[in-house]
Amino acid sequence: MSSEIKMEKKSVSEWFKSGDPWVWLNAGAVAISVIMVVGLLLLIAVRGLGHFWPADVMQATYSLPGEKPYTVAAERVESVDVTSAQLREAGVNLPDDGDAILQRTLLKMGNRDVYGADFGWVLDKYLSDIQTPEMLFAAERHEWGNLYGYLMSVKEDGQVVSETTDLTPTDSALATWAAFEASIERASQIHDEIKDIEKGDIGKINHALERIRLKQRRLELSGDLTPAAEADLAAERSQYDEEYKGLQSTLAALYQQINRDSFTVQVMDGTVHDIQVSKIVHAFRPNAMGVFAKLGFYFNKVWEFLTDDPREANTEGGVFPAIFGTVMMVLLMTVLVTPFGVVAAVYLREYAKQGVITRVIRIAVNNLAGVPSIVYGVFGLGFFIYFLGSGIDEAFFPEALPSPTFGTGGLMWASITLALLTVPVVIVATEEGLSRIPRNVREGSLALGATKAETLWRVVLPMASPAIMTGVILAVARAAGEVAPLMLVGVVKLAPTLPLDGNYPFIHLDQKFMHLGFHIYDVGFQSPNVEAARPLVYATALLLVMVIALLNFSAVTIRNHLREKYKSLEM
Amino acid sequence: MTKPTDHQMPELDFNTPALKRHRKLRALKDKVAGMGIAIGGSSVILAVLLICFYLLYEVAPLFSGASIDPKASYSLPAQSEGESLYLTTEEQSEIGMRVASNGSIVFFSIADGSVIETVENARAQAVTSFAVESDTSRLLAFGYADGKVVIKKHGYRISYPDGTRLITPFVEYPYGEEAIDVANFSIEKLAVRDSEDGLTIAASGATQSAILQVTKDVNFITEEVELTEQREAIPFIADIKSLLISGNQRSLYVATHSGEFSEFDLRDFDNISLKDSASLVAENAELVSMSYLVGQTSVMVADSSGRVSQWFNVRDDETNEEKLHFIRDVQQPNALVDVAMEQRRKGFATLDDNGVVAIYNATSTRKVIDEQLSDETARLISFSPRANGLLLEDSKGMHFYYVDNEHPEVSWSSLWGQVWYESYPEPTYTWQSSAANNDFEPKYSLMPLAFGTLKAAFYAMLMAVPLAICGAIYTAYFMAPALRRKIKPVIELMEALPTVILGFLAGLFFAPFLEENLAATFSILVVLPVGILLFAYLWSRLPTKLRWLVPEGWQPLVLIPVIIFLAWFCLAMSPVIELNFFGGNIRGWITHDLGITFDQRNALVVGFAMGFAVIPTIFSITEDAIFSVPKALTQGSLALGATYWQTMTRVVLPTASPGIFSAVMIGMGRAVGETMIVLMATGNTPIMDFNIFEGMRTLAANLAVEVPESEVGSSHYRILFLAAFVLFIFTFIVNTIAETVRQHLRKKYGSL
Repeated sequence: MSSEIKMEKKSVSEWFKSGDPWVWLNAGAVAISVIMVVGLLLLIAVRGLGHFWPADVMQATYSLPGEKPYTVAAERVESVDVTSAQLREAGVNLPDDGDAILQRTLLKMGNRDVYGADFGWVLDKYLSDIQTPEMLFAAERHEWGNLYGYLMSVKEDGQVVSETTDLTPTDSALATWAAFEASIERASQIHDEIKDIEKGDIGKINHALERIRLKQRRLELSGDLTPAAEADLAAERSQYDEEYKGLQSTLAALYQQINRDSFTVQVMDGTVHDIQVSKIVHAFRPNAMGVFAKLGFYFNKVWEFLTDDPREANTEGGVFPAIFGTVMMVLLMTVLVTPFGVVAAVYLREYAKQGVITRVIRIAVNNLAGVPSIVYGVFGLGFFIYFLGSGIDEAFFPEALPSPTFGTGGLMWASITLALLTVPVVIVATEEGLSRIPRNVREGSLALGATKAETLWRVVLPMASPAIMTGVILAVARAAGEVAPLMLVGVVKLAPTLPLDGNYPFIHLDQKFMHLGFHIYDVGFQSPNVEAARPLVYATALLLVMVIALLNFSAVTIRNHLREKYKSLEM
Repeated sequence: MTKPTDHQMPELDFNTPALKRHRKLRALKDKVAGMGIAIGGSSVILAVLLICFYLLYEVAPLFSGASIDPKASYSLPAQSEGESLYLTTEEQSEIGMRVASNGSIVFFSIADGSVIETVENARAQAVTSFAVESDTSRLLAFGYADGKVVIKKHGYRISYPDGTRLITPFVEYPYGEEAIDVANFSIEKLAVRDSEDGLTIAASGATQSAILQVTKDVNFITEEVELTEQREAIPFIADIKSLLISGNQRSLYVATHSGEFSEFDLRDFDNISLKDSASLVAENAELVSMSYLVGQTSVMVADSSGRVSQWFNVRDDETNEEKLHFIRDVQQPNALVDVAMEQRRKGFATLDDNGVVAIYNATSTRKVIDEQLSDETARLISFSPRANGLLLEDSKGMHFYYVDNEHPEVSWSSLWGQVWYESYPEPTYTWQSSAANNDFEPKYSLMPLAFGTLKAAFYAMLMAVPLAICGAIYTAYFMAPALRRKIKPVIELMEALPTVILGFLAGLFFAPFLEENLAATFSILVVLPVGILLFAYLWSRLPTKLRWLVPEGWQPLVLIPVIIFLAWFCLAMSPVIELNFFGGNIRGWITHDLGITFDQRNALVVGFAMGFAVIPTIFSITEDAIFSVPKALTQGSLALGATYWQTMTRVVLPTASPGIFSAVMIGMGRAVGETMIVLMATGNTPIMDFNIFEGMRTLAANLAVEVPESEVGSSHYRILFLAAFVLFIFTFIVNTIAETVRQHLRKKYGSL
């Protein structure tokens, strides 16, 4: 206790001498790191998940001094404090009324086709008369972004079916709204039908026609294009053409149907616009929705995000093709990297003569894991695509030239490049696992008469399997998040079809594909409307983090399971 | 020894045919598996190591030099017309053309030297002088003793009469077949320059010089070209060797045999004045030729000492006038006879009086080849338009060579040194691989990229090293084991985070955030450590009972709310600080008052984001290194009365320092090669400036941007591979050092 009393009286210099402050600073470093990691994940999670929530749409009058007041209807995106000097520097005409710090809010005003821009900053101070009217509705459109306004009427073939003049939820307004919703429901059903035909049936015909063209070219190149064969091909082609014509007329009819309905909407500047219902994806009145309605809407949106194709230059809609591409590429890579990595490790540890050379190789392989991924990308492009790929094209796909088949980036090259990138990881982990297996286990097996291969297959490899899984986990985690090399070997911003479909040969290894990581880069940095794209990028980032976490966790589970299984073998 | 159980057990025959077969099969399987694994394993390892060799294989042609192969040799076509004044070939190198000393234009087949067509001098007068506008314009001027000049142009028509290419040469007269009156004396030296706006012809005789300018105006109504001529005399200079009119027709360069150079200003055509004079050649040397490099910016001067020097206009700071400035030179051992310019690149070939041909690139001053081609008196050389052929005339006749010269513009010095590019005021390090116009000369200095890479890595390490090492020290040595088991995975979780996400957050969230809260950012750097220390001191003053609520080793948990509060406080105070100290606009203050360029996506943002990516790497390895310091050492130190902190700094850190060093090296390797973060969080401008508020372009980001669009096999493509190779080697070496140090450390601990 006496020592405690002495410590109480420690002077500042004594305190410094004790070294405690430095320990605290080190503790601070840990705390900062933890805050940064958790904060970053929270930031992504909050922004990513918040994107789907139907925020209230406020209506307010904005009267910046010296400018004409106008009404805005918008969702609040974010608010920041700025100094008036910064604003003046940015060219805002501010009166000098003493406020040095102002709050500024980013509003999503939508109606890009009417206003020109769908986002804008306003100063909170000059917003007045803020309300959230129930009949103010928001509509997601296939193009031009969101629409905010009041529904005035619904028309069929130009004839008004239902109309209202009320901006409040009166019966007539609600009836018009109901007619509007029904009309949207109908249009979206037709829209789905059209999409089915265009993507499914017509896609199939195009694929078949392309194959006929290639077949003809192949025959031509080999000199086997007899008139009979040509006639056969022509007959086949005309059959598809016939089918195509039939589908065309169905489509024309559907297009006529989908364009039947239209509606008029009054936007905030008082103008009334006539818009076709077919342009609308969803329409909803967020201010009239309760928590449960919003929750329902929320999960609907999340589902759409996960399962739909992207719209509007990737800034709206879903990311399904990107999810599919990422998972498929990672799976292919895993299939490639696991056997090769394990074989190489087994060779290095069990078969190769241990000496200087194996040691050098071991260090080299270890270091290759630290070589920048972009270098692998450059290698993949130069060696696989330009060197091997164009060779393959000339040997096996001369009929498609000059358009390259494997001589351009694609799923296969991307997977191989990433496999090469991650194979050192698997080798290192497997070797470590092999080195841990006690010698007497092997010797026991050999003493019982098993051959080396049998020992390896029945004893060594099963015991090393948790280590192998660790290596594969690390490889998968690295591959799923890697973007830089993929940009060179086959990822595109928008792939028209999935690399796996119902057309022969079903897995299209030569096709370019979409990828979540590249999607983030592309939408966040190459998109013309960054403000509109940003929430979607957060959502995609969250999804990527979750995909990687999922891949990691499932592999960890498998590893633990295996570890449990071979526990009795470990000594 | 008897076997009592023998009679109980049936005799086991291990050698039945079935078992024998089975054993054979097993042995075979074993052998096959062994071979399979050996082949598979070594081929995987080879494939992985192939990367290094493939990169080298793509890079090697850059430095491999050129080759010249003789293709055809024959006596001078149409020898009776006299020796040649000028040689050239058409695009496909099928037809050669020579201007003979009597003024005839002779077209001949490159393959066998047979004459295809001869266009004679049509005038009664003998040709006294000859000049070429440029190889690419194919405009030729012939001067006569009566002071007149005829302008001719040679051209080639391509037709496919029966599926094969047929090239037919022709000669046309763009300014009419009628001779143009230039001077009233016999023209001995001639220069001509033509453009869409006008034609300038300079002529010099035995005692006088004159100049003619023809201005072209397009008549708006008839769209006919109207020509207006203006003749002026220019001050006479004796002993002229070469006349040259500048590409913009604003200056006339005159050089004498002894290399005295005078520049006349033609901008005020009524009042031509001497602008500049200088000496172009080495002492005691004579001028051999003065001509333009492609692009008509650089004047190449060859002299009898074997020197070729490059000159171009550089704006003088004092007079603000452009003056011809010496840039660089190359030296051949013997007196030069002729210099030929490439038509599409900044290359030239020299021919000396021993018949040695050397091919150079002007910008990189790289000599790609030096070879004796002729034993006779060599007179003239000329490049084919694609620079894949070389025409040489000597006293024996005409010779044609194939030239393979793919990457002359790349040399070690042009990649890593300062290069004085045309129309730049001084030598610079510049990376500019493409531009909109054709005259553009690509600038491949890897320095800005290497500099950017190191700059990004430096700022990242500045952020990551203190945080990661301090954190690791605490986690490994002071932290309660229960907490350590939770904290370590959390920090290591960062490593699995895709860098594209970090880059996106840095570019779209952090960069604007930082710009708006600059004051907060910098105040946090001061407030956090001070605040933590202050808190720690106050904590030590707290009553013991309260302090014991948080056991030793759990300090970070107490600090988390404190740090969050401090950060929030700084953010809240940011506008106040800005108002009171920086006039309300810190960004404006930096740009206007400090005069520092400020980009939104700058090194600070990259430093933070990449630092974040590097922290887990350094943290994890450092933590392992510190944690594996044998307990005996620390316990000994503590037993001798040292405090924990003293033990840490005097015993643990020195022991673990090789491990920490290797952690920093590996972290650095990662920062150097990181692509996505720099690609997204900087403006990717290749500048050489250490300013923290400006961006950079790194080698890795440059690869991501430029590799997909570079032409396969071009110099650009190979240089990008070189950049990849540099990255590869750099990280490989760094990692090897780190790995060796770590292995060494492990051994040392093993013995303790």
